[in-house]
Amino acid sequence: MAHGPAKGFSRWLFTTNHKDIGTMYLWFSFAMFLLGGSFAMIIRAELFQPGLQIVDPAFFNQMTTMHGLVMVFGAIMPAFVGLANWMIPLMIGAPDMALPRMNNWSFWILPPTFLILASSLFMEGGAPNFGWTFYAPLSTTYAPPSVTLFIFSVHAMGISSIMGSINIIATIVNMRAPGMTYMKMPLFVWTWLITAFLLVAVMPVLAGAVTMMLMDIHFGTSFFSAAGGGDPVLFQHVFWFFGHPEVYIIILPAFGVVSEIIPVFSRKPLFGYDSMVYATASIAFLSFIVWAHHMYTVGLPLAGELFYMYATMLIAVPTAAKVFNWITTMFKGSITLETPMLFAIAKVFLFTVGGFSGLMLAIAPADFQYHDSYFVVAHFHYTMVAGAIFALSAAVYYWLPKWTGKMYNEAMGKTHFWISFIGFNLTFFPQHFAGLAGMPRRIPDYNMMFADFNMMSSIGAFIYGSSQLLFLFNIVRTITHGKPVNSDKVWEGATTLEWTVPSPAPYHTFTTPPEVK
Amino acid sequence: MSKANENIAKTAGKLSVLVVAMFAFAMWVMPPLYNAMCDLLGINGKTRGQYTVVESSVDTERVVKVQFVAQNNEMMPWEFGPNTSQVEVHPGEPATVTFFAKNNESRYMVSQSIPSIVPSRAVEYFHKTECFCFNQQPLAAGASADMPLRFIVDRDLPKDIHVITLSYTIFDVTERAAAQDSVAAQ
Amino acid sequence: MQQQAKRLLKLALNPVLVLLSLMSSGVWAATAEKAEHWRGNMTPGVTEVGHKIYDLHMLVFWICVVVGIIVFGLMFYSVFAYRKERHSEPATFHENTKLEIAWTVVPFLLLIIMAVPATKVLIEVYDTDDAAQDILITGYQWKWKYEYINPNGDNVTFFSNLRTPESEIGNEEEKGSNYLLEVDEPVVLPVNSKTRFLVTANDVLHAWWVPELAVKRDAIPGFVNEAWTKPTETGVYRGQCAELCGRNHGFMPIVVNVVEQEEYDQWLAGKLAEAAELKELMAKEFTMDELVARGKKVYERNCLACHGANGEGGVGKAIAGSPLATGSTKGHLDVIVNGVPGTAMQAFGGQLNEVDLAAVTTYQRNAFGNNMGDMLQPVDVYKFKKGQ
Repeated sequence: MAHGPAKGFSRWLFTTNHKDIGTMYLWFSFAMFLLGGSFAMIIRAELFQPGLQIVDPAFFNQMTTMHGLVMVFGAIMPAFVGLANWMIPLMIGAPDMALPRMNNWSFWILPPTFLILASSLFMEGGAPNFGWTFYAPLSTTYAPPSVTLFIFSVHAMGISSIMGSINIIATIVNMRAPGMTYMKMPLFVWTWLITAFLLVAVMPVLAGAVTMMLMDIHFGTSFFSAAGGGDPVLFQHVFWFFGHPEVYIIILPAFGVVSEIIPVFSRKPLFGYDSMVYATASIAFLSFIVWAHHMYTVGLPLAGELFYMYATMLIAVPTAAKVFNWITTMFKGSITLETPMLFAIAKVFLFTVGGFSGLMLAIAPADFQYHDSYFVVAHFHYTMVAGAIFALSAAVYYWLPKWTGKMYNEAMGKTHFWISFIGFNLTFFPQHFAGLAGMPRRIPDYNMMFADFNMMSSIGAFIYGSSQLLFLFNIVRTITHGKPVNSDKVWEGATTLEWTVPSPAPYHTFTTPPEVK
Repeated sequence: MSKANENIAKTAGKLSVLVVAMFAFAMWVMPPLYNAMCDLLGINGKTRGQYTVVESSVDTERVVKVQFVAQNNEMMPWEFGPNTSQVEVHPGEPATVTFFAKNNESRYMVSQSIPSIVPSRAVEYFHKTECFCFNQQPLAAGASADMPLRFIVDRDLPKDIHVITLSYTIFDVTERAAAQDSVAAQ
Repeated sequence: MQQQAKRLLKLALNPVLVLLSLMSSGVWAATAEKAEHWRGNMTPGVTEVGHKIYDLHMLVFWICVVVGIIVFGLMFYSVFAYRKERHSEPATFHENTKLEIAWTVVPFLLLIIMAVPATKVLIEVYDTDDAAQDILITGYQWKWKYEYINPNGDNVTFFSNLRTPESEIGNEEEKGSNYLLEVDEPVVLPVNSKTRFLVTANDVLHAWWVPELAVKRDAIPGFVNEAWTKPTETGVYRGQCAELCGRNHGFMPIVVNVVEQEEYDQWLAGKLAEAAELKELMAKEFTMDELVARGKKVYERNCLACHGANGEGGVGKAIAGSPLATGSTKGHLDVIVNGVPGTAMQAFGGQLNEVDLAAVTTYQRNAFGNNMGDMLQPVDVYKFKKGQ
């Protein structure tokens, strides 16, 4: 048993192997990506032209809510946890994760949780319809009955994330191979270490927020109701105290992935490793003191508004440093453009565009015009989709040969990239204009002046959405029919530890720790 | 237990403490902290509790307009509004106004009025020596009441503030009050 | 030869795409001002603050464009010039402290360039003092209430509902040019005069947003937020609710009619007279025809969206032949005045005046084949409300 997996379903149910668990996380998140994506397709189909065509406004609200929740908590976060499970032990020369049994738990909580959340679609009153930010009192006094299931789901996925993060920190802190000092760790490991700390710090805050909601709904407290001395704005503070670090939780591992891939395909070491680490840490720190920039229109005192504006603008500094470092890494390199590199470059490019619109949003007086408009929708999709999902695509193409020992189809990969790239930009670039022209977010119908932008956006969304099926096909085909890789190292410029073990990576690796010089 | 496992357990233990601490922070620290910040900065124009007069010299040089507005929250059928739309006062001078409330329902009801002041910078200079909003207001079916508000605008009110608006939103808290009573009775 | 051409094309594609998207944004921004019917950029609007916000927006935008051209230019130059085919020996440098310091300091300086004007504008936005008129705006699911605060206590109050007919939303009729941005009763403001808005909500959160006035404020139940505007041009300006507030969040527009001071004064006087007239109407005895005619209008504004043009029902229950509309007048009025808690049927008692309540109840009892023949007088409604 020590050398191979058990047979059948019980292998997956009871596994404590980091590779098995990583694989399950990745497949689960892909399934959620498709589910959340199909919700997005419904949204874009309804918004294809003015007038109500396909769904009722109440269902539309359920779709926007579920799309956000499933994508953030079901697709992106578990996908990065999957990558962490697979790659962190391999990158630091550890035989497995530090707490393998807890690892099994943290995964297996997820499928039932999302099954419960999705099943609320069929409940009377429908699924949660108050937006993924679930502002009170729409999510408390005025919520559908499914809000209780929603609260339960958020608790469960929070517990899963917390366990996963504790495991990742414990692994990185205690199980590095001899000689692997902190400042020698690959950047993906570094960004995950910082991310995991963010998760441990803020997931309990989210749990607190939903617990207060639960008490308001069922036990007569009034944390968020003015009638009993509470305040709906308090909810927003608690939520964004979690929510702002949360968006960095999503983006930091993506930074890590890109920081691995760009040097490999530039055949040149990462420029400014130390400053990358410090920049990541300062972004994480800043994420705790900028949350109220999501609330510029809520009526903060002038001093507060100014503080949050300045602090938010400051984030541009470490983020810009990262972008400059990536570009300088490519400068005078010896670059080849395989699919992972294409996605990584596109991520840097498009994320920076999202960073620019983020800077614009940081300017409080201008935000009075941007706030809750499609400009915001465009902004956060540039950072979430291009920033996180492009990085995830890059990561999958980059490590797929390591996971399977087989090479994906490069032509198909590049096709996937170009269709995604064009589809993505066609979807989200026009949304900037729609927002500036005055289109609020989360509306199922709109005036004709927004029609052109929305039609472009919907066509783009259908293109981007269908290109993901090509992605799925390519992965499945690699597993079933892929050509075996030429060497264990796969990529010419690869230097990190995971490329020193065979491809596909055997079930147990680094049972004796490697020596890192 | 090997040394390595011991270290892992230590790390996990410390992190678990952090998790519990952060949960406690969100549940039991953030709400009071937020209220304290509101008090300090006048967020949402929440007014402070009862004020005891310390000095009573009046600044007759300045006049401040104090406006009163009122609205009912959803499901609150009472008639409710200020009897005086606005008063002009000198800083330091006590003033009294009344709000009218009438319960048109055929049942006993309890209300709670929630004050809010704009501009929020004025909050710390607006002192209420007596206010119906300090307590819940019960009214029998068909009954009405004039509810008093007695206040002083502080002499230190920033010079650039000429108008203070005090808004009250009235909520139906009949059920909440009944629940509290039953708890108190036990 | 052919291969080389292909490769060149491929190489050229990347920078072209970048430039295209960057240029298109610039061009769109520039043309947006000219094409009035077609907007793709933030509007400078009709207020001084709005122009300042617009300038700030464009300042930050152009800084981003310039930085973007430099950064992306460098990036795509690297991808183009240092391809393995023509640069097979990569350099090995991976550190340069001076460079790192430079690209920390330069962005910081750029931020200061943006922060200074931003701070100035923000301070201006927060200066709500010395307004000529105060309007209390209350967000409801899903309409706005406006209350013009009058120093003598005679406040002018009215609701503003979506006027776009269901048939346009359902694509049965062609959509008008103000589709979803039209209301039955707009807010009226005087030009060149400072108006202060006190924004609050009745139920859930809403946000009052009119781009041309450069005002967006969250409406929070229980608390009042402030904003102000001073439009410099007369005209009709349209906006929408900007905070998710439930099913009809997309269907509660805002229309602001900015007029000359004189016209505003007339309008306000008219509204006050209307209120006085209402008091008189209360005392008046209505005929059935008067009530039905008035009730039909009230029905179309307030009930039709949910109950259908012929009382056939929809989101709400059918009225035609319903036990309620053909039962006792008191029971019928009770539902209209107090709503049905837990359903979409709102309490209209606080939203409609006694005359309109009497009229709409009478109309419902005598239309759609409900030929009850009975009627309610405003004073009956008044008594009902008092006697409840």
